[in-house]
Amino acid sequence: MEDSRRQFLKLAGVAALGLTTKPVLDAFAVEHGAAGPGFKQSDKALKAKQWAMVIDTRKLKTAEDLEPIIEACNKTHNIPKFQNKHHEIKWIWEEEYENAFPTKHNPFLEERLAHIPFLVLCNHCENPPCCRACPTQATFKRKSDGIVLMDFHRCIGCRFCMAACPFGSRSFNFRDPRPFIPEVTPEFPTRMKGVVEKCEFCAERLAVGKMPACVEASKGALTFGDLYDPESEVRKLLKTNYTIRRKQQLGTEPCVYYIV
Amino acid sequence: MNDKKLIIAGLVIFIAIALFPFLYNMGKASPAPDPVLTPEAKAAKQCVRSRQYMRADHMHLLDQWRHNVVRDANHIYVSPNGKQYEMSLTRTCLECHSNKAEFCDRCHDYASVRPYCWDCHLDNPKENK
Repeated sequence: MEDSRRQFLKLAGVAALGLTTKPVLDAFAVEHGAAGPGFKQSDKALKAKQWAMVIDTRKLKTAEDLEPIIEACNKTHNIPKFQNKHHEIKWIWEEEYENAFPTKHNPFLEERLAHIPFLVLCNHCENPPCCRACPTQATFKRKSDGIVLMDFHRCIGCRFCMAACPFGSRSFNFRDPRPFIPEVTPEFPTRMKGVVEKCEFCAERLAVGKMPACVEASKGALTFGDLYDPESEVRKLLKTNYTIRRKQQLGTEPCVYYIV
Repeated sequence: MNDKKLIIAGLVIFIAIALFPFLYNMGKASPAPDPVLTPEAKAAKQCVRSRQYMRADHMHLLDQWRHNVVRDANHIYVSPNGKQYEMSLTRTCLECHSNKAEFCDRCHDYASVRPYCWDCHLDNPKENK
């Protein structure tokens, strides 16, 4: 008698366990089911392991040469024009040699370098300090192509990333930018007050198979490609030209190279 | 017990004040607005998902879209019936539902939700022209 009761309880316990596993397994099956909606990349999308840019400063001699490039970016991305310098939003802009390359400066610099304007933008570092500083992961390095991106939805405006970036590539929206956009491009969102923004290597254009706006407007002075594809245009240029990068010694591994 | 009258009078006043908003608004509840469909939306018959799903879960769908586009570089949504859509609020949703004021805003106002989509995303470009 004792034995059979014990036997019965054991069996009942195992049976109860068996009954509970099925709904759990079913729930998992639904979660990972093959059927259901999916997400994928466009077939036209340009792909790379790490996007990089080479700027040929020999082809960009004056501020007039840079203007259409900067203008193309500003127009594509709805970048506002503020009169007040403190409110300025910059994705790609010009800088003098001694400010762009402070560690490579010397008092008796080659005349040409001392006078030409340099195009500077986010370097999309391979080891980006801004992403480590961001408390919400609003800025992150995209694993699929190495672009340092902003998720404006998540940005809380703490500006740690601006403090962390050694290149001053990030701008903060101190005011609502909408009224200050000269000509609105409806396809690209504007930003709101209180978020940080910067160059995104035109991730939205790469996704539909187009080169970045600045590269398209540069008439060959800017070259864009995969840093880890030995056959890419970028690598060909790097192989045959002496190039420098901004503040290389900091170890952030910038992906924008300058032919000087 | 001398304050009985005062207490009762106070209670009556309190109950009257507490019930006033309910009594005042009784029977005046406005019916939930129906979203107005544009001819394009009507012609398409089916949104990216079923009507019930869109009605109840469009915010979750938009959230998934946003996450995929911004963070995972996916730009194409494959709906359960196999159709493909570009995941874009301005270019896909507003392409059919070009009447943001009647389609989005009326319900959102009624439900007192204030999505901040439009702080950045531009509503229909055609409407602005």
